[in-house]
Amino acid sequence: MNWLIDFFSNPANWSGPGGIPVRLLEHLEFSVVALLMAAAVAIPLGLWVGHTGRGSLVVVVSANAARALPTLGILVLVVLIIGVGSTWPVLIPLVLLAVPPILVNTYEGVRGVDPDLRDAAYGMGLRGPQVLFKVLVPVALPLILLGMRLAAIQVVATATVAAYVGLGGLGRFIMDGLATKNYTITIGGAFLVVVLALAAQAGFTLLSRVAVSPGVRQFR
Amino acid sequence: MITFEGVTKRYADGTVAVDDLSLEAPTGAITVFVGPSGCGKTTSLRMINRMIDATGGRILLDGQDVREIDPPTLRRGIGYVIQQAGLFPHRKIVDNVATVPYLLGWDRKRARARAMELLELVGLDSELAGRYPFQLSGGQQQRVGVARALAADPPVLLMDEPFSAVDPIVRASLQDELLRLQSDLQKTIVFVTHDIDEAIKLGDMVAVLRVGGRLAQMAGPATLLSEPADDFVREFLGRDRGIRRLSFIPAKDVRLVTAPADLVVDASGRPLGWRGDGGLLPYGTFNPERDSLRAALDAALLAANGTAVAVDEDGRVIGVAPREALDEVLGQYAARYTVPDPEDPYEEGGHQDTGHQGAGPEDPAHEDPAHGEDPHG
Ligand SMILES: Nc1ncnc2c1ncn2[C@@H]1O[C@H](COP(=O)(O)OP(=O)(O)OP(=O)(O)O)[C@@H](O)[C@H]1O
Ligand SMILES: [Mg+2]
Repeated sequence: MNWLIDFFSNPANWSGPGGIPVRLLEHLEFSVVALLMAAAVAIPLGLWVGHTGRGSLVVVVSANAARALPTLGILVLVVLIIGVGSTWPVLIPLVLLAVPPILVNTYEGVRGVDPDLRDAAYGMGLRGPQVLFKVLVPVALPLILLGMRLAAIQVVATATVAAYVGLGGLGRFIMDGLATKNYTITIGGAFLVVVLALAAQAGFTLLSRVAVSPGVRQFR
Repeated sequence: MITFEGVTKRYADGTVAVDDLSLEAPTGAITVFVGPSGCGKTTSLRMINRMIDATGGRILLDGQDVREIDPPTLRRGIGYVIQQAGLFPHRKIVDNVATVPYLLGWDRKRARARAMELLELVGLDSELAGRYPFQLSGGQQQRVGVARALAADPPVLLMDEPFSAVDPIVRASLQDELLRLQSDLQKTIVFVTHDIDEAIKLGDMVAVLRVGGRLAQMAGPATLLSEPADDFVREFLGRDRGIRRLSFIPAKDVRLVTAPADLVVDASGRPLGWRGDGGLLPYGTFNPERDSLRAALDAALLAANGTAVAVDEDGRVIGVAPREALDEVLGQYAARYTVPDPEDPYEEGGHQDTGHQGAGPEDPAHEDPAHGEDPHG
């Protein structure tokens, strides 16, 4: 506890390009951008596969395979291929990390909608895309948001790797502390990562409250 | 009118669910498809709104081949009610009912007003409009399902075992409600059930299907009971066919005599009971204008002296039917053997186009099951 107080009460940790606000913003930026990019790929793909049933095996298998990829390994690989100097070395591994939970949950959410409900929707005269967007998506929304939440937590926790390639973020505190044996800084950085992850969790929980119909929330 | 012309459905795996089915579901009447599980009822029904496409033959909707109509357009003009109601869980009841009006591009206000109207029509409290489906009982959900199917006032209604998931009491009241609605709306309804009693209660025409999707018999309910085409139909109809036929014989032919002094009535002429040694004895009533012979017999059996009390709409005694009078009517019909199916509802309206016999909204086949069971009603 004292370490945390030391870390947060030290004015040097709050100012300049290496201060808490700047690092926090860097960390947040990587996380948000990676999450948005992952969602832009995974949600449409998950909806399409869940709705049409086409390619579901490929999606599930490759999503599970992607989960086994070592983030740090990818990062090194990307650096070797395109070099440093851009944010891609950190974004690409983070996107690869975030896609599987979003994709799988979106797909499962859509596929898991009661067949009778889907049937009724077609029976009323809705067309394919109307069935998807007016019925399947609203009903699957809790699972889609769950996927986003899991991805967000993982991304926030893993964005620390940015520090390995000199891109900043909260990982800096952890690495600097380890390098200088000043563990107060390491622990302070780790603490901030946890807080950010919890904030992401809370944010998505709140979003579910607002976005998911009360009629659907009951089912999950 | 819906016409099946040699309709066949062979699924991809080779199962022949419906085999060369030809029949007509007359306009403004309820046609019931009934038969054992797996006989192709659902398949037949769903070929009408093209949820399934036939692999052979044609289905005509007022003369037009349904295959010529784009499925979503076709379906918006046909009400569809399924077993589990299939309500959209994320939408409020009012918006569920307004689904098709929204699809047809009605503005929100008009669609919602129409939805409220329909909720009332199916007997639901307007207070339920703002709820979500999970907040309703199964029976209420079914009513919403019916309201939703009727929202855009389609001429045709397809119902696939809509009442089979609710308990018998709720089911009976939903059936009565459907008959009441139908007497006002006169939709062309195709109703699927595996319950022969439901088929006989609701159907103006009943098509009995056998496994393999072949038509075993198509007839009005009374004809079906008295003249089953073969052993399969006879067995499917079950026991007590003779007694059940009584429901289709109107009680108005029963000869009434003046009520004897033994029948105690109150000041307004309503029966109180039969005079007995130690007080009043039980009695039973029937309404000759509305009830069937079955109700009259039931009333007779409820009284210690075997005499049925005839009452008018207000429950006032208009006479009594002694056992001999009931016996006379029974004898008449037993001798004739065939009970005529009720008249076609549109005979006078000039819509008659099939030459079949179907029951009208006013006929005893419909009124009776609701009232016949409860002569005191
Ligand atoms: N998609 C399908 N693929 C292959 N066979 C099917 C399919 N759907 C139904 N069948 C078969 O077709 C036959 C008729 O099925 P259908 O659902 O029409 O019966 P049903 O009369 O409605 O039965 P139930 O009373 O049990 O609902 C059955 O043998 C069924 O197994
Ligand atoms: Mg069925």
